[in-house]
Amino acid sequence: MSEPLLSIRGLRAKVGGEDGEILRGVDLDLERGEVHALMGPNGSGKSTLAKVIAGHPAYEVTAGEILFEGEDVLELEPDERSRAGIFLAFQYPAEIPGVSIANFLRTAVNARLDEGEEMDVFGFQRTLTEKMEMLKMDPGFAARYVNDGFSGGEKKRNEILQMAVLRPALGVLDETDSGLDIDALKIVARGVNRLSEADEALGVLLITHYKRILNYIEPDTVHVMVAGRIAESGGASLADKLEAEGYDWLQQAAATV
Amino acid sequence: MPQNETITGLGLDEYKYGFVTEDKPVFKAVPGLSSDIVRQISRHKEEPEWMLDFRLKALEVYYSKPMPKWGGDLSKLEDTLDEIYFYLKPQDQMERSWDDVPREIKDTFEKLGIPEAERKALAGVGAQYESEMVYHSLKEQWEEQGVIFESIEDGLAKHPQLFRQYFSTVVPTHDNKFAALNSAVWSGGSFVHIPKGVKVEIPLQAYFRVNAERMGQFERTLIICEEGAEAHYIEGCTAPVYSTDSFHSGVIEIVVKKGARFRYTTIQNWSNNMYNLVTQRALVHEEAKMEWLDGNLGSKLTMKYPSCFLVGERAHGEILSIAYAGDGQHQDTGGKVIHAAPNTTSQITSKSISKGLGRSSYRGLCKVYDGAVGAKSNVECDALLLDERSRTDTYPYIEIDENTASIGHEATVSKVGDEQLFYLMSRGLDEAEAMAMIVRGFIEPVAKELPLEYAIELNRLIELEMEGSVG
Ligand SMILES: Nc1ncnc2c1ncn2[C@@H]1O[C@H](COP(=O)(O)OP(=O)(O)OP(=O)(O)O)[C@@H](O)[C@H]1O
Ligand SMILES: [Mg+2]
Repeated sequence: MSEPLLSIRGLRAKVGGEDGEILRGVDLDLERGEVHALMGPNGSGKSTLAKVIAGHPAYEVTAGEILFEGEDVLELEPDERSRAGIFLAFQYPAEIPGVSIANFLRTAVNARLDEGEEMDVFGFQRTLTEKMEMLKMDPGFAARYVNDGFSGGEKKRNEILQMAVLRPALGVLDETDSGLDIDALKIVARGVNRLSEADEALGVLLITHYKRILNYIEPDTVHVMVAGRIAESGGASLADKLEAEGYDWLQQAAATV
Repeated sequence: MPQNETITGLGLDEYKYGFVTEDKPVFKAVPGLSSDIVRQISRHKEEPEWMLDFRLKALEVYYSKPMPKWGGDLSKLEDTLDEIYFYLKPQDQMERSWDDVPREIKDTFEKLGIPEAERKALAGVGAQYESEMVYHSLKEQWEEQGVIFESIEDGLAKHPQLFRQYFSTVVPTHDNKFAALNSAVWSGGSFVHIPKGVKVEIPLQAYFRVNAERMGQFERTLIICEEGAEAHYIEGCTAPVYSTDSFHSGVIEIVVKKGARFRYTTIQNWSNNMYNLVTQRALVHEEAKMEWLDGNLGSKLTMKYPSCFLVGERAHGEILSIAYAGDGQHQDTGGKVIHAAPNTTSQITSKSISKGLGRSSYRGLCKVYDGAVGAKSNVECDALLLDERSRTDTYPYIEIDENTASIGHEATVSKVGDEQLFYLMSRGLDEAEAMAMIVRGFIEPVAKELPLEYAIELNRLIELEMEGSVG
């Protein structure tokens, strides 16, 4: 298997029914086992890229392709992409009142198992408890309704809990670090690292505004998105440069393209 | 957001506590219904003279009352009423065969995993089955506690004084047109008496008792819960009640005495040709607590507003309801709380789901009489729309004659959000599953009050309805 885990080529996308393109030709290759950071100014299209990868129906892809493990996923529904191994940790997770985390996650786990092979309540409970311990979450949390009344930090931690339980091949983490306090950030970062250790092929696309999380989760590559394109890619040191200089130099370059 | 208006003037039905209506007498001969039929019913049931008189008077009241103009569309109901049989003798009921039961009803039984024997009973084609055995053994336990749980006919025959003391005291004949009709032609239902201080642990389930008989279209239930007693009554089965009849009009009367607690749970799932017009009312005395838990699925039109008349100090009434309106269905449901004594409290929680061309209306009345000092009432109604075409409205009627009362009303309408759907689908749930999960979550606050097996079946039923595969 020589093809990258995720390969995005010339991807253009806009909001369905509207004119302006948000993604204006994105190219990105992510190999198995790699961690890529994606940075860039507000509104540059990072979350849009994440949601287009996951198949959000609000966006229309007008050109380009997204290959996941060599397969074109653009025709797949979000649930099919999820079952194929793509996971998106949302920047703004939705609230589902009345549905407990445990119930929701068990349904999600069973959705990827064959009929008759489903996990029973007890087996699932063990897995869930173990992952919650890893993320230092209170056991009572499993009974709470999905994201309903959660604090910002709780929502983010809950996203990583789901990733830990669902064991995807690719995790796209959209600003999972924002809203986490210093301790929570360490716990979540350690959690992601543990997942990478457990599955050496796990690919991570980490969208962030801050270098801080990259101190805990070391990226192989850092990309900078500006106005719907990857304007610059480089090693971990690129994040240092951005932290020091901001995006101005890249935006000027992008404007002249 | 729904209109959240306050309307004075009562749109629901009327009751002896001073509600005024303008009845225009409409005398109308209705084919299918006559005093002969009523006499025949009474004779067949070997009833005492007073009951025959009661029925005949009720028939007059029925004729004299006009069709309600509010609620759902009843314009086609008169044609339906012309055609139906108002009384079926047991032997008539048995003539239907399994082959006559529509395919989709059989499919539903199949999907619900209902055992063969039970399916036949539910479809009204077989009479006997194991539940009778269960019923008889439970009945022995109840009898040891002095609890009476009989068919309404046996109640009248075996406990004539008790019966007569309470019958029609909670829902008088003239209350509304359909209560009058029921009073004239009632057949089937339960008679329950819980003696003072007795706590009944196992819910009294009409289901065990009724299967052998078949649910009547004019069922009548009378329940008396004496001082300090506690019980839970569960009516109906969650499988679709298949019936060739297209009209159901029950009357449920409950008396909850001082310090008693009573809960009445109904999950009804009617076939889609059915008009379901039910009057359910409880008289709640001092420090007593009454809870209605009401689930309505199916039918063409359901008009049903379980009521609590809080007549004793510190009485508490609670109405929890779930309605699901699929294509072509109208669920006009809600509740009524009447505060007629000081420091009475009430809570109405109503959840409705509408899909396709389905329409659900919340219609509720909160009335506080002068002198009901410190009365507190809170209404919460939430509607969930599953798509663009479905519809919901809210008709809260609030009448307050007491200025120390505190009344809360909160109504929300939500559509299943694209972001919610995407979120669940991005975790691997297909669209139907994701939708079902959002709906389950929506009704959870009410469903969690149901006994587990009912909650599970309710969820399964709603899922089946959402697939559009229930007949
Ligand atoms: N569904 C949508 N409808 C309308 N506009 C949208 C939609 N989604 C994204 N946009 C617009 O596209 C642009 C890119 O948004 P996006 O959320 O991808 O930015 P981002 O890089 O994630 O920003 P941030 O760092 O603030 O999270 C913004 O101008 C945004 O307003
Ligand atoms: Mg973003």
